[in-house]
Amino acid sequence: MSAISVQVRDEFTGRAAMPARRLLNAYFTEAKYETVRMLRTPAFAIPFLGLPVLLYLLFAVVIFGGAIQSDLQAGPFIFTAFAVFGMMGPGMFGFGMLIATEREQGLLKLKRALPMPPAAYLLAKMLMALMFAVIVMITMIAVLPLVHMPLSAGQIFTATVIDVLGALPFCAIGFFIGVRTTSRSAPAFVNIIYQVMMHISGLFYPLPRLLRRIAPIWPTYHLQQLVFGALGGKSQGNAVVHIAVLAGLTTLLTALAVRRLARVG
Amino acid sequence: MPDNTCIAELSHVSKRFGKTVALDGLDLQVRNGELFALLGPNGAGKTTAISLLLGLQQPDAGSVSLFGQSPHLVEARRQVGVMMQEVFLAPELRVREQIDLVASYYPVPLTPDAAMEMTHTTSLANRPYGKLSGGQKRQTQFAMAIVGQPKLLFLDEPTVGLDVQARELMWVTLRKLVNNGASIVLTTHYLEEAEALADRVGVLGKGRVIASGTVNEMRGLVVRKQISCSSQLDPELVRAWQEVEDVRRAGLKLHITTGDAESVVRRLMAADPNLQELEVRRAGLAEAFTELTQEVSQ
Repeated sequence: MSAISVQVRDEFTGRAAMPARRLLNAYFTEAKYETVRMLRTPAFAIPFLGLPVLLYLLFAVVIFGGAIQSDLQAGPFIFTAFAVFGMMGPGMFGFGMLIATEREQGLLKLKRALPMPPAAYLLAKMLMALMFAVIVMITMIAVLPLVHMPLSAGQIFTATVIDVLGALPFCAIGFFIGVRTTSRSAPAFVNIIYQVMMHISGLFYPLPRLLRRIAPIWPTYHLQQLVFGALGGKSQGNAVVHIAVLAGLTTLLTALAVRRLARVG
Repeated sequence: MPDNTCIAELSHVSKRFGKTVALDGLDLQVRNGELFALLGPNGAGKTTAISLLLGLQQPDAGSVSLFGQSPHLVEARRQVGVMMQEVFLAPELRVREQIDLVASYYPVPLTPDAAMEMTHTTSLANRPYGKLSGGQKRQTQFAMAIVGQPKLLFLDEPTVGLDVQARELMWVTLRKLVNNGASIVLTTHYLEEAEALADRVGVLGKGRVIASGTVNEMRGLVVRKQISCSSQLDPELVRAWQEVEDVRRAGLKLHITTGDAESVVRRLMAADPNLQELEVRRAGLAEAFTELTQEVSQ
């Protein structure tokens, strides 16, 4: 047995070596097609790409256009609300519902049987979510001239970088839900957490005192403070703590989900 | 041509799912350059055996090797192409894109166009996968399985859902691949497929190999013959005859399995003067298969 193994290994290892360029191409191709397929899914692409900017216009121009001109905090607050809102969907739904479905339908099994680079599946989904995040931010920045809000290019750039990276904790939440649920229950779980985070973390409106106290348990709160601060708003808390919470949550949930995926599939 | 180098092996492998024993000390070897057909009734352990060889599951006991390595290593699987049963691929991607994606996993793949030509799917290249028929989806999955120029192909029921012409085209491609030095492990419910293609057949029953050999060797294991005729005779009466091993009635037809066809035919003719459409056949792979797996389940 061992003699055969050694002989076989010598004979075939050369064929299986993957040049770094090919490996990089494998990651790139996976991410490219993940993004292409989501852009081709109108039920996914239209709400997640279109809704943040449309709602932003509605609130920042139509409803609170006057308030933004008189209150210097209102403009950054509303921009932050919809910028953070735009980061939540692609990660949570893209990961949560797709992974649950793909686990059940055998696609993930096929990919595990194929020599797909181990991290490519996750990285592709992550890059897809970040790509969507970038598009959302570009559309929101594009309509800024319609809103009377004095922001410097540096402020906009910093806020954009923070916000886009802020999509990662939501990817991790979606990922965790995706590996723990079925394709039928995933939409319910994702939706509940999505709605709760959106409405009781103080993203869109000031909260009553009790809810304000527990707001720091939501990643939306921490991302909101970071982006709001970058736009010159009076943010709460310490930036280092916000970053630590977001990074910690991302790492923890991703690690738990990767472990579960490797064990259970 | 096959040589004796073993490229994939399950050695004394056991696997349980709860209380169900899926594999029970299974030994299985795939040799370089052969087309090996894995047969067995549902639940015999075929899919579990393949899942272990692909590293999708861990054995409870025993060892698994793929090109002398653990199948969990991506390096081992880079020499493997896979076509699974019941897989749902992204419906939004076009056929060429699906093949291009899988090609990216391999060091020296074919171009998607070359893979489509080999699998007769060129005309589907720009069609979204979700809009294909069941047979076209299988053909696309076949192109995805071969695009990496794998040394070893695992094909789980590859021709299910194909029409006769498409199935024969796939058979031709499979023979070409084997002639060019690839090895193939094929599971199938179509015994004629194993008869037509396989260098070697393994029959699984209750998690073990109950027989393996060439198609002819397998047929030879079964000395029994099949008698069919149209007759009004009561099957229970025929069953009571000493030489008869099994009787089945299907409509007007009686199907009798026996080791002594001549004696049974004489008694049939005597018992039913109106007997018609008498036919005696040596057991094919189908009967060999049924008989072998029945023996195990008894």
